Amino acid sequence: MKTYHDIAGDGGSDIAGQVAGREAQLRARLASVAHTLAIVSGKGGVGKSTVTANLAAALAMQGHRVGVLDADLNGPCMARMLGVQGQTLKLGADGVEPALGPLGVKLASMDLLLPHTAAPVEWHAPAPGHSHAWRGAIEATALGEFLADTVWGELDFLLVDLPPGPERVAGLHGVLPQCDGLIVVTIPSQVAQLTVQRSIVLARRLKARLLGIVENMSGYLCPHCGSGQRLFPVEGESQRAVPGVPVLAIIPFDPQLARCCDQGVPIVLAHQATPAGRAYMELAAQVGARRSAREDHS
Amino acid sequence: MKFLCVACDEAMTFVDTGEASPGDAFTAVFRCPRCGARTALLANPWETQLVRSLGVALGGRAAPHEPLELVRERLVESRLLWTEEAERRLERVPEFVRPTVRSGVERHARERGCCEVTCEVMDEVKSNMGM
Repeated sequence: MKTYHDIAGDGGSDIAGQVAGREAQLRARLASVAHTLAIVSGKGGVGKSTVTANLAAALAMQGHRVGVLDADLNGPCMARMLGVQGQTLKLGADGVEPALGPLGVKLASMDLLLPHTAAPVEWHAPAPGHSHAWRGAIEATALGEFLADTVWGELDFLLVDLPPGPERVAGLHGVLPQCDGLIVVTIPSQVAQLTVQRSIVLARRLKARLLGIVENMSGYLCPHCGSGQRLFPVEGESQRAVPGVPVLAIIPFDPQLARCCDQGVPIVLAHQATPAGRAYMELAAQVGARRSAREDHS
Repeated sequence: MKFLCVACDEAMTFVDTGEASPGDAFTAVFRCPRCGARTALLANPWETQLVRSLGVALGGRAAPHEPLELVRERLVESRLLWTEEAERRLERVPEFVRPTVRSGVERHARERGCCEVTCEVMDEVKSNMGM
């Protein structure tokens, strides 16, 4: 009797062919994107989306063409942070036109598809009570659609803002194996450091390229006297050191950051001269240098 | 998943799917090209949802993939996407009535089962209003 591998095809559906076709569409779409970078974190609440929004704006200020994909499908906030919440995605001849943020930063986000800010992401399903069986699959497909169906055009950088959790690195690798690098965001707490290490170990096992670490909320400056204060019990070189992974930026906490996020204006645009604003500009210069380095190399 | 006619040792081919509505579990009918025997795969709700979650079409694709097809079809609550042409046309409407026109057109589109707003949908609304 024939076995599975003795039979070519699947009898007419060509499921494997359909999946391969979508993967080819994704590759074709991203052919005009020079660098795709994922912003990841081991745990939530470290300010990953804030880093993404400000890095995008800082890169744009330095003359790069930038797009952002808000890959946090269930908790999207990038539309708010980039001040495009009132915009809608539009259907063009070649796909979905992204929203346009400050300095022409392009954004695709689930937020722009939801009817109001309190609308949760719920899926039609014949088995809604057992969503654990299929939610991962539908989210991976949805992420692939946002990547492949958005008209990104020519970009120097596409930043993919992932939801928190080390497993998201593996999830992205399945959808986007050609991702050029990961930026890991953390804060100076030992708990955050533990989960960062998990993300890094997983990324290395997947042979994903680690660009480096961004330490967020690394102390704050007193707005009255200007003196530096700690936010966490242990901060410093030894706390953030991960062998073989460079520290790209150390960003101090600034109450203006939260205000800027709420107002949809990246701090690099509103308060570029602040320590946080300068740190983001330096981060963008480091990330932007990778583009120049690749162009010099090629 | 592949189906084999054991009597003929022959791979069966897809004939039809009995899917009726989004709430249903899918059915797929296969036929042996040699003896003509038919068999039906009756998927349970989890299997159905898993297949749907992959964004693939049973029996092969009849039409090209639409932009954000799965997201727009499967989200319980989502905005309708407007074509750029329709959006440009809406921009010609005076600003103070634009939100009312937008929601009226979208209501009509949803009632019609449309998943996007095109100029044709706008024409229908205009015609229904006797304009």
